[in-house]
Amino acid sequence: MDLSFLAIQALNGLSSASSLFITACGLTLVFGVTRIVNFAHGSLYMIGAYTAATLVPRLLELQFGPLTFWAGILLSALIVGLIGVLIEVLLLRRIYGAPELFQLLATFGIVLVVQDLTILIFGPEDILGPRAPGLRAPVEILGRRFPSYELVLIAAGPVVLGLVWFLLRKTRFGVLVRAATQDREMIAALGINQALLFTGTLFLGAFLAGLGGALQIPRVSAHAGMDLSIIAEAFVVTVVGGMGSVPGAFLAALIIGQLQAFGILIFPKSTLVVVFLLMAVVLAIRPNGFFGRPEVIGGTHAVGIASRKRSVLTPFLWVAVMGALISLPLIGDAYVLKVTTEILIFALFAFSLQLLIGVSGVVSFGHAAFFGLGAYGAALSLKWFALPMEAALPAGLLLAALGALIIGAFVVRLSGIYLAMMTLAAAQIIYAVAFQWVEVTGGDNGIVGVWPSAWASGPVFYYLFTLAVTSIAVFLIMRIIDAPFGYALRAARDSEPRSEAIGLGVRRHRWIAFTISGAAAGLAGGLYAFSRGSVDPTLLGIPTSVDALTMLLIGGIQTITGPLVGAGVLHVLRDLIMPLTSLWRLLLGLSIIAIVLIFPRGIVGSIRAWREDAA
Amino acid sequence: MSTPALLEIWNLSASYGRAQVLFGLTFELRAGEVLALVGRNGAGKTTTLKAIMGLVSATAQKATFKGHSLARLPTYKIARLGLGYVPEDRRIFTDLTVDENLEAGRKAAGPGRSPWTPERLFQLFPNLAEMRGRRGNQMSGGEQQMLTIARTLMGNPDAILLDEPSEGIAPVIVQTMAEAIRAMKAEGVAVLLSEQNWAFAAGISDRAIVIERGEMRFQGSMAELMADERLRADTLGV
Repeated sequence: MDLSFLAIQALNGLSSASSLFITACGLTLVFGVTRIVNFAHGSLYMIGAYTAATLVPRLLELQFGPLTFWAGILLSALIVGLIGVLIEVLLLRRIYGAPELFQLLATFGIVLVVQDLTILIFGPEDILGPRAPGLRAPVEILGRRFPSYELVLIAAGPVVLGLVWFLLRKTRFGVLVRAATQDREMIAALGINQALLFTGTLFLGAFLAGLGGALQIPRVSAHAGMDLSIIAEAFVVTVVGGMGSVPGAFLAALIIGQLQAFGILIFPKSTLVVVFLLMAVVLAIRPNGFFGRPEVIGGTHAVGIASRKRSVLTPFLWVAVMGALISLPLIGDAYVLKVTTEILIFALFAFSLQLLIGVSGVVSFGHAAFFGLGAYGAALSLKWFALPMEAALPAGLLLAALGALIIGAFVVRLSGIYLAMMTLAAAQIIYAVAFQWVEVTGGDNGIVGVWPSAWASGPVFYYLFTLAVTSIAVFLIMRIIDAPFGYALRAARDSEPRSEAIGLGVRRHRWIAFTISGAAAGLAGGLYAFSRGSVDPTLLGIPTSVDALTMLLIGGIQTITGPLVGAGVLHVLRDLIMPLTSLWRLLLGLSIIAIVLIFPRGIVGSIRAWREDAA
Repeated sequence: MSTPALLEIWNLSASYGRAQVLFGLTFELRAGEVLALVGRNGAGKTTTLKAIMGLVSATAQKATFKGHSLARLPTYKIARLGLGYVPEDRRIFTDLTVDENLEAGRKAAGPGRSPWTPERLFQLFPNLAEMRGRRGNQMSGGEQQMLTIARTLMGNPDAILLDEPSEGIAPVIVQTMAEAIRAMKAEGVAVLLSEQNWAFAAGISDRAIVIERGEMRFQGSMAELMADERLRADTLGV
């Protein structure tokens, strides 16, 4: 390892920092003004890459001259900017006042829609873009060859930083944007139409995402899946830099670029882990990132279950449901039992999340971490220690609880959007470990042959076993919600300062709740592993976390039984619709958006509201 | 009627959730006058101003400014009609400099009016002239209060809703505030002044409205209110 090699690595780090900054800069600008964390920012990046990879070669054929390539890149970014405007006008404008959980879910709905539309429009193949004319030959640096295009990228980051700085500091638009970042109501009282300001910001943010994506085409081919990988990194950059801070994003991108460039030398497979560990460390020391400011939280942004008088019919309803479930093997075939088993498992998973979101006001966006830890814990102890199911399930639960205990120690120090991002990052770390530590976890293929003990095998017995375990777990969590511990959590959810003022240890309560919730999710994960016979990294991925959130959303976030109903509805719909269409994600995404816009109380919440109105 | 009404409010009511806080207020603000809105803490003064600006949901039989209905207008359109608003908690943009705060408030003046410029405003508030590049978070409460007023004047309003300008600032700055309000009046800007500081309000206002628990108790000239000691003792404690 000589000096020239280190120099080249540092340059590589700088060029990836530049690309990352250009994209993350748009994300942080949009957040600063609209207070929405736009999950779809990665999708805009992906559209930018696909558009440029499709458009630029056609433009180059026209032989307009040497600047055609760059004109094509800018044109692609402009197109993406207009898509951003469309998203603002059609969706974001309607949810500025909504709780942040709904905002995250709605923008994730866009992610799903764009994934299917991208394949529809651009086809399933990866598209490799052309190289930039005039920049094809590498340059020699300290005796080593370095791609000249990368040098252009290295310069592009500071140029964008300078332009954005000029726009924000030296123009009226910038003054108004910074003012709106601070106090939207006052901006309106001064006669400024915030809608235009927000649309303009979204255009700028989307333009930068598109530019970031378009600039990638000579380096990597446009492919499905680049949306979620870039959004995870862009989240880290904005969170580490401080949400809404452009210079913070630049600094964070520089650090992350170098960490990736040199981290790969020390831990060849652990680049993701290094990046997310950085975020964990920074947030533990500076809960608002480098240059972020504390957020105003609570009040209208806390949604969750409220106390209400229980109907006299409730116990009968439970008995009826339990009776029906117990007698299901008498009428259902193996397929019905298998589906119902999975529904029960996901109901427990979603219910464990309800303890965090609805009861504690802790909006976790990485709950799949604990589901996956439970599943992997069970599968690993079966595979490596030859434990039977009866011991492997508790082992999975313990691993998930331990994970939640450790992650929770960081998480409960945070609030609002930082908390959501931290949980997401934690889940991504564990995902990366499962994905990259092939010798132990089997990597992408996961672990197969995870079958239950003989007495519990077969659809009927495994179903009854799952029913017993999930019922007990759900019952215990319900007891917790209605115990003084649950009241304390709800008090802290509604007002943290007031709860502390009456002597509640808010952080400790949340920490315990986080651990319990993780343990319950881990139990669900373990049950799932044995029902499928295998585990793989998707159990830990963002889509699994979003599944749990969607179940909550469908059922109703402000109700106790909502997640149970939501798990059933989502699972049944998926089983019915998925075989019929290749556009399942499109439908799911549109449904999530529709629920957030039209039906935010969910099924159980709406039924209750309807009954209370009638009464 | 000597001067025409600029702002006309008929039967204004407002609620926060289920708690009604304003009960059918009817009043008018005439061009070029200073109208004091006085009452005890919690009487509904701030809510009245916010309701006019469309910042809290409210109902009124009629609410017009310069003949334009304010019903269902978004706040920014109300402001664009020429109605300025200075909130009580001095909501300047603390990340922005004095100059940038003024820029955020700038709107074109109506025809035939000489527009407010930073230079003219600095004559009104000399303290601000010395800190044009300073950020809002490095200013004293009084300086911030001057800046909120100056920022609103940059929009060249025909009338200003001024919420408790004397609250929590040094007595010497209260004097500056009074002079500023007189100067605005001299420029033809009407002022609806919500105040707890009776002496301050009495010194600069032409007319007054007294509200108590969201209901109107008095509307008339300042001289009449000065004369009615019983009403003042009863509703204001002065």
